[in-house]
Amino acid sequence: MDKKKRRFYVRTLILAILVVAIGYTIYTTATKDEVRLLKVGAEAPDFSLVDLDGQTHRLSDYKGKGVMLNFWGTWCKPCKKEMPAMNNQYKVFKDQGIEVLSINQAQTVFEVENFISDFNLKFPVVIDKTKSVTRAYNVNNLPASIFIDPTGKVVRVHEGELTEEMLAEFFSSIKPE
Amino acid sequence: MKKIICECGHENPEGTTLCEKCGSPLTEEEKSKKLADMRYEGTAIRSKTYNKTIIDKIWNFFSSVKVGVAIIIITLVAAGIGTFLPQVIYVSLTEYQDAAAAYKAAYGTFGSIYYKLGLADIYSSWWFQTLIGMLGISIIVASLDRGIPLYKSLKNQRVKRHENFLKRQRIFASGEMSAEEADKAFDLTEAKMKEMKYNVRREEGALLAEKGRFARWGPYINHVGLIIFLFGVMLRLMPGFYIDKTLWIREGETMAIPGMEGFYLESKKFTFETYSKDEQKEEFNESKKAVNAVAKNYQTDVKLFKAPDDAVPGDTSNLTLVKEMPIIVNKPLKYDGYALYQMDFRLNELKTMHFDLIDKKSEKSLGSVAIDLTNPEKEYKVGKDSKVVLKKYFPDFAGFEDGEPQTASPLPNNPAFIFVMYTPETPKGETSFVAIKQTLEPLGTTKYKMKFSAVDTRNVSGLTVRKDKTLMILMLGGIVFMLGVTIGSYWSHRRLWLLKTKDGRLLMASHTNKNWFSMKKDLDAVTEYAHLPVYVDQHDEDQKAEDAEKKSKDKEKEGDNI
Repeated sequence: MDKKKRRFYVRTLILAILVVAIGYTIYTTATKDEVRLLKVGAEAPDFSLVDLDGQTHRLSDYKGKGVMLNFWGTWCKPCKKEMPAMNNQYKVFKDQGIEVLSINQAQTVFEVENFISDFNLKFPVVIDKTKSVTRAYNVNNLPASIFIDPTGKVVRVHEGELTEEMLAEFFSSIKPE
Repeated sequence: MKKIICECGHENPEGTTLCEKCGSPLTEEEKSKKLADMRYEGTAIRSKTYNKTIIDKIWNFFSSVKVGVAIIIITLVAAGIGTFLPQVIYVSLTEYQDAAAAYKAAYGTFGSIYYKLGLADIYSSWWFQTLIGMLGISIIVASLDRGIPLYKSLKNQRVKRHENFLKRQRIFASGEMSAEEADKAFDLTEAKMKEMKYNVRREEGALLAEKGRFARWGPYINHVGLIIFLFGVMLRLMPGFYIDKTLWIREGETMAIPGMEGFYLESKKFTFETYSKDEQKEEFNESKKAVNAVAKNYQTDVKLFKAPDDAVPGDTSNLTLVKEMPIIVNKPLKYDGYALYQMDFRLNELKTMHFDLIDKKSEKSLGSVAIDLTNPEKEYKVGKDSKVVLKKYFPDFAGFEDGEPQTASPLPNNPAFIFVMYTPETPKGETSFVAIKQTLEPLGTTKYKMKFSAVDTRNVSGLTVRKDKTLMILMLGGIVFMLGVTIGSYWSHRRLWLLKTKDGRLLMASHTNKNWFSMKKDLDAVTEYAHLPVYVDQHDEDQKAEDAEKKSKDKEKEGDNI
């Protein structure tokens, strides 16, 4: 019977819409805490920060290279631990088209300079004074490392300490052909 | 599908209790009642008629008023249990690893279970949202199932109803009358009812006067309001509709505003004022504790900056000033749909520390040094011939680890320094580690020391950044809801039927969904004017006769408003 069939479809449609809406609501709430502005596969938000030598680093200038962003602070112990590893692997991969940009969390120039000389850092270090880049990348826990491929896409987001092995693997995955 | 064929020949869908055309009772149950059940005009409630597929079964479940009421009660009880312990946003987590640990420590096993069940953050727990969602489905399905047939039935109602229908109305009258008298009574009734703003329709030998039909839509309108409201709340979870973030900003700082891309805020000053003694009432001053304890003002003077549209994050070279104003409690800075509220503060965070370079023996000062903790320098000149070199700075000194001083955070809660002091007497330099209430001389005893003399502090403002695009939707939902309640409460749907029978009687019947007292006033007026037979209230009669049955009747009345 046509009328009956139509009723069936209408009811199914209404219930389906409601279930989808409720399901979406519950799903979004459940995953709210883990929401990252930054999704793997998405375009890495462009930014520009000035390093301690006064040189401006703009992410889009590094297109064609694999870029690692590393968010850190001097008070963060795992950040300190991974610095030598980053330094070593940077030396290895530098000539293979890998750039490391290390982003400090709004600390003083004095502290950052001391830190650089303590660890003898070879890669550029910039200070995110207004925390706008940190916010654009939705970084909440330190250290956080973002690996960006030569086309500007986010390939990997890593929270926590990195070892040399991990760095070697991740660098290889983003290095230009 | 089965049809029920009425005596009048009309085919009614299954489940109908009163014939759609003439109003005669169709079921045994309905026939056994003295008065007709007019709640849904005797139409078939859709859900009750089909029950074949799984979809029908789900539909019927949600269509039930009993189920709806049960969901409401469960929701209420759950929300009630949610008040047993503080919700997670009001719990200080600083001392604990996470919220679960905090609940366990404070409330034991009960707290642990409470947290695991999601009661500690009840509005975000999946099962509470499921309940609310089910309530939404119930509201929609139950309204559709009842509202649509009711609408159709009222839209298509006939003027001429069967005598059985009229007899079974609460208000009924019957009187012998000649044809001419009856015609005259019809004319007069029409005139009087029109005067009282009723719509009057006449068919051969029958009259229907009706007023305020829209009053029947009240409950459905307020359900629409509720659904709009729930939809608005749901929208808050969609990106871009709702932002609620916190920004801690220190005096003199310029920070990116979280959730508000391309905007920066500079805090110029935070002010916390209390009432002075003479501004307060005497009773306040009597208590020592209360003196100066009453807050008068919390205020952050800010500048709002916007970066050019093509600027990327971090590029603050071309900021333009948008607004400069104080943010005071309840007086937020509003811009472009965003509002910045004064919410919190911390007073007296260390900003600059002053030291004197003194000879330990003579306590003679060679001069002073001011260290700006937001921008320490490498070298400070003291007097003409001396200098202090700052080697290291630890803003939040937390002890030594492997001989290395550690800082626990970037905040200047417990600053510590390593100085090297050069004076004409000690040209090679003397190293000293200086923390609050602690001086170490790691490389041997020194002749000079850095003596702490004073601090400058600054205040920190806690601001809330908020954007809420759903507010208008919530407001609309609220207005529609109230509109429905008002319509349902203050208007009533009144009808009067007249029927001229072949055997020379004039029948009158009347129905209203509420406020029978006013209906009767209308009826009294028209009865007198048109010389209609005297009516009786069959419900009143019944009540007098059946006082014992009163209780069960009251039960039936519940749910009348659905």
